[in-house]
Amino acid sequence: MVYQMSRITAFFRRNAVAYLFLAPWLVGFFALTLYPMGYSLLLSFTDYDFTAPNSTQWIGFGNYLKMFGSVFGISEFTASTGELIRVDPYYMKSLSVTFTYVFVAVPLKLIFALAVALLMNQKLRGVQFYRAAYYIPTLLGGSIAIAVLWRKLFEKDGLINGALAALGFTDLPGWLTNPNYALLTLILLSVWQFGSSMIIFLAGLKQIPQEYYEAASVDGATRIRQFFAITLPLLSPVILFNLVIQLISAFQAFTQAYIIGGGRGGVLNSTLFYTLHMYIQGWTYHEMGYASAMAWVLLLIIGVFTAIVFRSSNWWVSYGVGE
Amino acid sequence: MKSGTVLRLSMTHLSIIGLGVLMIYPVAWMIVSSFKPNNMIFSDPGLIPKALTVENYITGWRGYAGTSFGTFFANSLLMCAVAIIGNLISCSMAAYAFARLRFAGRSFWFAIMLITLMLPAHVTLVPRYIMFNSFGWVGSYAPILVPKFLATDAFFVFLLVQFIRSLPKEIEEAAIIDGCSKVGVFLRIILPLASPALVTTALFTFLWTWDDFFNHLLYLTRPDTFTVSRALRTFVGDAGAVSNWGGALAMSTLSVVPAFILFFSLQKYFVQGITTTGIKG
Repeated sequence: MVYQMSRITAFFRRNAVAYLFLAPWLVGFFALTLYPMGYSLLLSFTDYDFTAPNSTQWIGFGNYLKMFGSVFGISEFTASTGELIRVDPYYMKSLSVTFTYVFVAVPLKLIFALAVALLMNQKLRGVQFYRAAYYIPTLLGGSIAIAVLWRKLFEKDGLINGALAALGFTDLPGWLTNPNYALLTLILLSVWQFGSSMIIFLAGLKQIPQEYYEAASVDGATRIRQFFAITLPLLSPVILFNLVIQLISAFQAFTQAYIIGGGRGGVLNSTLFYTLHMYIQGWTYHEMGYASAMAWVLLLIIGVFTAIVFRSSNWWVSYGVGE
Repeated sequence: MKSGTVLRLSMTHLSIIGLGVLMIYPVAWMIVSSFKPNNMIFSDPGLIPKALTVENYITGWRGYAGTSFGTFFANSLLMCAVAIIGNLISCSMAAYAFARLRFAGRSFWFAIMLITLMLPAHVTLVPRYIMFNSFGWVGSYAPILVPKFLATDAFFVFLLVQFIRSLPKEIEEAAIIDGCSKVGVFLRIILPLASPALVTTALFTFLWTWDDFFNHLLYLTRPDTFTVSRALRTFVGDAGAVSNWGGALAMSTLSVVPAFILFFSLQKYFVQGITTTGIKG
């Protein structure tokens, strides 16, 4: 009996100590993650206005219809409260801008990162130095400083056009004021920051045993054949890792678009990123119920695409060699 | 054969350097242009300035709404210092529990922590804002700093868990046999041994807090509380026009100096941080 008591107290003591260490994280999780998530899900079904919280009304799926109404050819509808709600004319635009950005910038960035990592994964003098130099854009790229610089570079009389003119190009556009090109400058800005992916690829390449390549050389495999038969399969878990990380962060891009567009969506909303649109709705127009609904849809989109990538990885990620 | 290898190696070097110059050029141009007279920034795309001046630094330093960049830098440094302290304490505590302590529900909470790692911050944004506003915190640093003391940056918890798990257990076991408590083990053994990972945590906390813009945009309302990144935005008008390009480039250059210093003095911690957690970028 005494023995059992001491075991029970030991159990409680052990748990008490552990939960003491975990306490800050647990409080943070409940107060700053779980509760706000539930709250925002609730808000997404209301017309919560930050300036008039007391007149908040339940509008069911109104906010969601406001987003996707144009898909069904609706331009306005009556909510359950009797209020007439206009379908958001810019939502679909923000979605297409974001998808274009994600599906162009992420693959380009990874291809670039892999190409440079392969170039550096040789017995070269000064690789440390090169790696550092290539990381600098990533180190600084998220800052406002670089966003401000980017505006300057791509202006009509900016550095990029100066360089292109020197190469003999004429009729150069103002990259930021032309709706066909504005998003391209942001994609370039993202691809330019391939440093993190490159370093992860380099670490992955170092794990591939040199003997595989030697054996393949003896068998007469060309370098290109070796790349597809050895490097790519063995690197595939790292590619998956980089892809997921970059995908999730690209969907959430905000700062650079905010600065380039001067706090708005740019010319003809050509750089109206999803998160930027959400910010404008929530904090400029105080439509926080609607912004919450947008946030939940973004969460679903990111979740679906992450799941698709993980599911598809059965087909293209291998955890061994030789099959 | 030998000369072929030399040729291939020099080709590799050349292409790496060529591409590298292209990569670094915008940053180099920003630094050089910040020393050019304002009217020459437009006309001169080159890296060698025809005339040098520090006037941009003087006009830029004046800042915004009567507050100089001296205040903005002090604000940013203060915010980063507190954020680092918060993350070091809260994330290392959680990481020690996950990595070394046995308790009911450990794998459940660990799974939850991994999920929060992937959760987009936007989904908690509106309620957090409403909540912090009801506390009267909007306009202060509390909405940005309090979460740091509650281990909300799961990246660092994960990084520290991975690191602590890789430490040898023998020292802790010996300490416990000698009568050391769990708290004692954490303070006297785990923290000193985990110092490389703690440096990585401090480093990235600094950079992310320094570069963060979204939270500063949401929560900082008075110019005298602005951080450097929030203040730089004031150079770009609402329509996107920039009034003082020289000053904007000068203050932008100054704002990236801390990142440069940290990067070149602590390079190995960067590589560690990036390869274990895939840190953003």
